[in-house]
Amino acid sequence: MGEPQVFELLSDSEIEAVHNAALAVLSETGVFIDHPRALEHLAGCGAEVDAASGRVRIPPRLVKEALAACPSSFILYDREGREALRLGAREVHFATSSCAVRCQEGTAARPSRAEDLVRLTRVADALPEIDLVSTQVVADEAPKELADSYRLYLVLRNSPKPVVTGAFSEEGLWDMKALLDAVTGGRTEDRPCAVFDVCPSPPLKWTAISAANIMDAASAGLPVEFVSMPMPGAATPVTLAGSVVVHTAETLSGIVLAQTVRPGTRVVWGGAPVGFDMRHGTAPLSAVEATMITVAYAQMGRHYGLPTHTYAGLSDSKLVDAQAGLETALSGTVAALARIDIIAGAGALDFVGTQSLEKLVVDAEVCGLIRRLLRGIEVSPDTLARDLITALGPGGDYLAQAHTRRWFRTELHLPGPVIDRLDRKAWEEQGRTDILARARERVEAILKNDPRAPDPDRAAELDRAMRRVMDTRGCPSLPFVGAAEG
Amino acid sequence: MVEEAFARLHEAVLNADEEAAVKATRDLLDAGAEPQAILERGLTEAMTELGRRWNRGEAFLPEVVAAAEIFKTCSDLVEPALLARGGKKAGHLVLMGTVKGDLHDLGKNIVTAMLKTAGFEVSDLGRDVPTERFVEEAARLRPKIVGLSALLTTTMLEQRTVIQALEAVGLRPDVRVMVGGAPVTAAWAEEIGADGYAANAVEAVEVALRLAGAAAQDAGGRKADG
Repeated sequence: MGEPQVFELLSDSEIEAVHNAALAVLSETGVFIDHPRALEHLAGCGAEVDAASGRVRIPPRLVKEALAACPSSFILYDREGREALRLGAREVHFATSSCAVRCQEGTAARPSRAEDLVRLTRVADALPEIDLVSTQVVADEAPKELADSYRLYLVLRNSPKPVVTGAFSEEGLWDMKALLDAVTGGRTEDRPCAVFDVCPSPPLKWTAISAANIMDAASAGLPVEFVSMPMPGAATPVTLAGSVVVHTAETLSGIVLAQTVRPGTRVVWGGAPVGFDMRHGTAPLSAVEATMITVAYAQMGRHYGLPTHTYAGLSDSKLVDAQAGLETALSGTVAALARIDIIAGAGALDFVGTQSLEKLVVDAEVCGLIRRLLRGIEVSPDTLARDLITALGPGGDYLAQAHTRRWFRTELHLPGPVIDRLDRKAWEEQGRTDILARARERVEAILKNDPRAPDPDRAAELDRAMRRVMDTRGCPSLPFVGAAEG
Repeated sequence: MVEEAFARLHEAVLNADEEAAVKATRDLLDAGAEPQAILERGLTEAMTELGRRWNRGEAFLPEVVAAAEIFKTCSDLVEPALLARGGKKAGHLVLMGTVKGDLHDLGKNIVTAMLKTAGFEVSDLGRDVPTERFVEEAARLRPKIVGLSALLTTTMLEQRTVIQALEAVGLRPDVRVMVGGAPVTAAWAEEIGADGYAANAVEAVEVALRLAGAAAQDAGGRKADG
């Protein structure tokens, strides 16, 4: 049977019920869009628009047409234009988390800086379990006007892996497009190496920036990842089914906007479901209900034939501790069994507000375990090994067998040095280290290597593009951006 | 021709390719290569290199154990020619076995393989080895070291029995005794009068080198720390 079954929480009829409820919400209640350009555009496409209140009611016909226009799968390339991964193929890919404003340092957190993003990117780049690097933190020293493009610049400078990112303003998206064009030699549209996250504001609202980003990304040919944030009991109904309805309606409305601007726009059915803690008023991403909502909305996404994304494999703990480990492993495993295309979360602590180098390294081990799990159990005459079992008989030693040598590398996942599997005596002699200490060692070892920078011509192009952005936004200098030549 | 066959033998042991190793050994013998050189340059050096790779995390137990078996097969092929020329096997001899009543030999096999990567010659008596057999073989082969493995708290008592038996026949002063196995501790080793205890295969090599005095002399035994 090979790969394990896809984990699901909704039956076919329940998927249909969510779909019908979401269509009813869109056509009868509608969504709020805080952008005249979007309102005008949607009115022209046949939506019922009340320009004064910003309310847009979307008929089922528009939803159907928009879904039909979406590619069911597409390829993401790396910075060098090489095929990196295919989304929508029911294959799981792991990404770092992407929303943090702080960096973990010991037991404390401090505002993240450019140097932190460089280090986080280099470590993520070196970890084979991580498929996509996100713009993991903002650089505190960058002015707000170019915090989004500077973030992307630092990532493109230090890793060729595909990027998950997002703009902080209308203009920001165009600045970022210019950086991508510079580093790819103008191949942003036919060989995209970045996905743009755009978030609705729950429930059922799109800010001016989000609406503009969707329209502009679509017209520029950039892939868009919709990241709806259901929050049961606060921003969405407390019932998980009701939260999935709101997620579906919000995401469908975003898809309508994108596909009516440019049919065929590459989109990802994403999300960042959170819990809502009724004691503290916090929004834990590691709440099991949040993970359950992910499983359910992923079913909706697959039902519509779209690639999916979620935030999972992360923790709300303030430390790289046992809570961090258990939360990361549980939500990561469940999301992977649900076959989410992009699982973003590696390195995240503290409601995705804090990013940790050490946790990134630990989380890569979780991703490695999950990858092995997803390969399932291969059953064939050679793997059943009946002849070998017969030949060795009771008390046989399998260690020295050619069969063992042939299979052990594929059958047995070997974790990295971060995971302790020493016997107690050896562990004691090697300094009684805990996982945090071992992770720190791995981080230091990785950072001794050179970053994978673009080739010199492309790097120079990228630098020029970044300096143009800085000139436009009135920012004379930033760390890591070389002075203008000549 | 001879150099090429040495290289093939080296590669075959590293790749755990028994067929190629046997062929290379035969080719070397046919070509008149020194049996001592086949053992030392061909087989022992390859095992030592494998030990280095294992220490660096580049080779894994299935490969080490398989290479150790190939070592045995090939050195058996060389032995007649070696004895005919009055040569001796490379490295210090270790007599290994799992004690009477104990059917576990995985740990013992791993230690055996690792000792071979460090240049020791190992005579493996297998598992469930009666005390008398340890004594007979010790008298016949005169090993530098006797290694006693036990995985059960019930069978570890046999380790003491073997030591006492070696004492009874007067062999004890000439051999060093190492003990190991999951329930065994350094305190137990001391209590029963063993000379060495190792918690794992890597440590077993260190202890064996120390006991054989090989660390200082490097008499065929090479330190396995790459």
